[in-house]
Amino acid sequence: MQSNKNISASQSIKKYTQARIALGKKGVSVPAKEMLQFKMDHAHARDAVFSLLEIDKLSKELKSFNLPVFLLKSKATDKHLYLKRPDLGRKLDENSIEQLSVLRDMQYDVCIAITDGLSATAINNHAKNILVALMPLLNKANIKIAPLCLIERGRVAIADEVSSWMNAKLSLILIGERPGLSSPDSLGAYITYNPSIGLKDERRNCVSNIRPEGLKYKEAANKIFYLIKEAFRLKLSGVELKENDTNASLNNWHI
Amino acid sequence: MYKYSVHNHTYHFNDLKTLMAKATPFRSGDALAGLIADSYEERVAAQICLADVPLKNFLSEATIPYETDEITRLIIDTHDAVNFKYISAYTIGELRDWLLSDDAHTTLLQQLQFAFTPEMIAAVSKIMRNQDLILVAQKCEVVTRFRNTIGLKGRFAARLQPNHPTDDPKGIAASIIDGLLLGSGDAVIGINPATDNPAQAHLLLHMMNELIHKFSIPTQACVLSHITTTLDLINKDAPVDLVFQSIGGTEKTNKSFGINLSMLNEAYEASLSLQRGTVGNNVMYFETGQGSSLSANAHHGVDQQTCEARAYAVARHFKPHLVNSVVGFIGPEYLYDGKQITRAALEDHFCGKLLGLPMGVDVCYTNHAEADQDDIDNLLLLLGIAGCNFIMGVPGADDIMLNYQSTSFHDALFVRKALGLKPAPEFESWLLQQGLADDDGNMLPSLTLQKQLMEKFL
Repeated sequence: MQSNKNISASQSIKKYTQARIALGKKGVSVPAKEMLQFKMDHAHARDAVFSLLEIDKLSKELKSFNLPVFLLKSKATDKHLYLKRPDLGRKLDENSIEQLSVLRDMQYDVCIAITDGLSATAINNHAKNILVALMPLLNKANIKIAPLCLIERGRVAIADEVSSWMNAKLSLILIGERPGLSSPDSLGAYITYNPSIGLKDERRNCVSNIRPEGLKYKEAANKIFYLIKEAFRLKLSGVELKENDTNASLNNWHI
Repeated sequence: MYKYSVHNHTYHFNDLKTLMAKATPFRSGDALAGLIADSYEERVAAQICLADVPLKNFLSEATIPYETDEITRLIIDTHDAVNFKYISAYTIGELRDWLLSDDAHTTLLQQLQFAFTPEMIAAVSKIMRNQDLILVAQKCEVVTRFRNTIGLKGRFAARLQPNHPTDDPKGIAASIIDGLLLGSGDAVIGINPATDNPAQAHLLLHMMNELIHKFSIPTQACVLSHITTTLDLINKDAPVDLVFQSIGGTEKTNKSFGINLSMLNEAYEASLSLQRGTVGNNVMYFETGQGSSLSANAHHGVDQQTCEARAYAVARHFKPHLVNSVVGFIGPEYLYDGKQITRAALEDHFCGKLLGLPMGVDVCYTNHAEADQDDIDNLLLLLGIAGCNFIMGVPGADDIMLNYQSTSFHDALFVRKALGLKPAPEFESWLLQQGLADDDGNMLPSLTLQKQLMEKFL
C-alpha cells in the first residue's frame, strides 16, 4: 500500500498537467482503475471514428440558416475504405456531382462544407453551434454564402471540388478531427482562398480543437471570421496568412 | 526485366524497384500507392524471384537514379567494396540463409555495415519471416555514447517523452519527474514542442540542462525542433545535447521536411563542436517512419519499406546516438492494423541494425488504426527479444500533445522485468544511488528525491 504522504505528493504533482502521471503501480504495472479508464477513453475514440452523421437532425439544423442544403457523399463508400483510401475521401461521388451541377452558373463568396472526417460525433455535437456563432458575422459583412453542403465521409480537400462546382471564392470546411484519448469530439475548420482541385495543404488555414473543453464556439467563430476577412483582404490563405494565436495543430495533417 | 513462372503463368517485373514492391508483405500504404502485387500468388512469385537476384545487381541497378537523388549518391559513394567481398557472391536468398547461420556473428555483421546497401537489406527482409527478422537483429549490437551508453546487450532504454499541448514548463517538468521516478529517461529526455517557437525551446533546454546537472543524471536532453531552429539555438549558446531531425529516404522527401544532406552536416558539425558528451560523442537523434515518402508524394515508385531503409543510409552517415522509427504514427492509410504495424516495426529494427544504426522504435498507433494496447504489448516483447535499443516512455502511454498512443514508463518496466533487461549502465547506477531501484532492478519510491525535484521545478 502507498503511504498517505506518498499519495498526497502524487496528487500535488498531477495538477500541473493533464498527462497521465502519478498513476501508481502494482508490481511494475498500471493499477486496474487507471488501466480500465484508459480503455474507456480509447473506446470513446474508437466509437467516434466509426460514428455516423445524424443526417436528419443535421439537415434540419442547417435549414434553419435559410440556405439550401445539399446532402452529398464522397467516393469512399464505407468507413473502412475511407480510412484506407484518403484519395477517395477527397472526391465527390457521381450523384453528388450531378446535384451540384445545377449551381454551375452561380457565383458565391464563401462555400461552407460540413463533413464527418474522423469523428462524426464532433459534427453531430458542434457543427450547428459554430454556425450559430459564425453566420451572423458573415451576414453582417455582406458575404454571399453558397448553399450548405453536408458530406458523408469527406476529407479536407473535398471542399476544393465542392467550391469549384459553385464558383466560390473561398471554402470553409468543418470536419471531425482525429480523436485523441481525451477529445473524441474535436472539430476542425479549414479555410482556403481561391480553392481549386489538387492544391497543396500549405494553402489552407486551420482552426483546431473546437469543442466546449477546448476552443469554445464563439472564440472559434471569431477566429474563422477573422481568417476569412483577412483572406479576402490579402487575396490568399495558408502559410502566408498569419493569425497570431491560431495554433494549426501538427497532428491533424492525417485528415 | 525479372520474371518467374507459376504453373502456366509467367509474372514479369520490369525493374528491381517493381520486383521489390511486389514482393513486399501486404500493407495499406503500398496499396494506396498502387505498387502492390495483384494477388497472393504474384506476391510470392515476386519473393521467389527476388531471392534469386544477386547482391551485385543492387550496385548496378539503383531504385532511384544516381543523377537525380543525393541519397542514392550517398549510398553508392560510401559503399564498402572491400568488405562486400565476403558476400558479393550471394543472392538475396543466400544472404538470408547466411544471416541466419552461425557464421554471421556479431563482429562480422558490424564489419559489414557499409558493405550492405539499404536496398539489399530491404530486399532480404521481404523474404524473411518475423522470427528471422528477430534472430538476425538480435545478433547485431550497435552501441552509442553521449552521457551514457545505449545499446549494450542485456540493456533496454527508454526515451522520456514529457510532451504538453502548450509547452508549459511546469506541465513538462511534472511528467519528467514522474518518468524519472519510474526509471525512464536513459535514452534521452526528449520533448516534442507544440510549436516551433525558438524562445520556448531555449527555455525548455535550460530547464533540462539544470535538471541533468543539478541532479547528476547521466542522460541527455533534446527538444525535437526543426534542425534549422536547433542550429540557431546552438549559435545563441543554448545548451543543446542532441540535435534532432525527421528524415526520409529520398531527396524529395527530405526537401518536404525542409532539409538536405548539407544542412544535416552543418548541424552535425555544430553539435560536435559543443563537446557536451561525457562518455562519447554521438550527437544526433533521427526519427523516421514508413510512409513519409508517399505522404510527401516523393516515393519514385519505390515501396515504403525500401524508402524507409534508404533513410537509414542518411542517418548512419552522422553516427547518431538514437534513431527511432515512429512506426504507427502515420495512420491506417499506410499501416492499417496491429499486424501491419508489427511487421513494419520488426523490418525497420532489423534493417536499421544491420545498416549500423542504434535503433529504437516508437511502438505506437493512432485512434483511427485497427490497433490497441494488446498489439503494443505483443510488439514490445518482440522488440525486446530482438534487442531493440530503446522505446518511448510517455505518461500512461497517452501523448496529450501529439494525440496518439505510445508506450508508457510502466511498459518499459514491463519489458525489463519480463525479459530480464536493465537500463543503460550509468543510468542504472544513478537509480541505485538515488534509492529508486534495488539491486534486483525493482523500482522503489523515493520521497526525498521526488520532494527535491518538485521544489526545484514545480
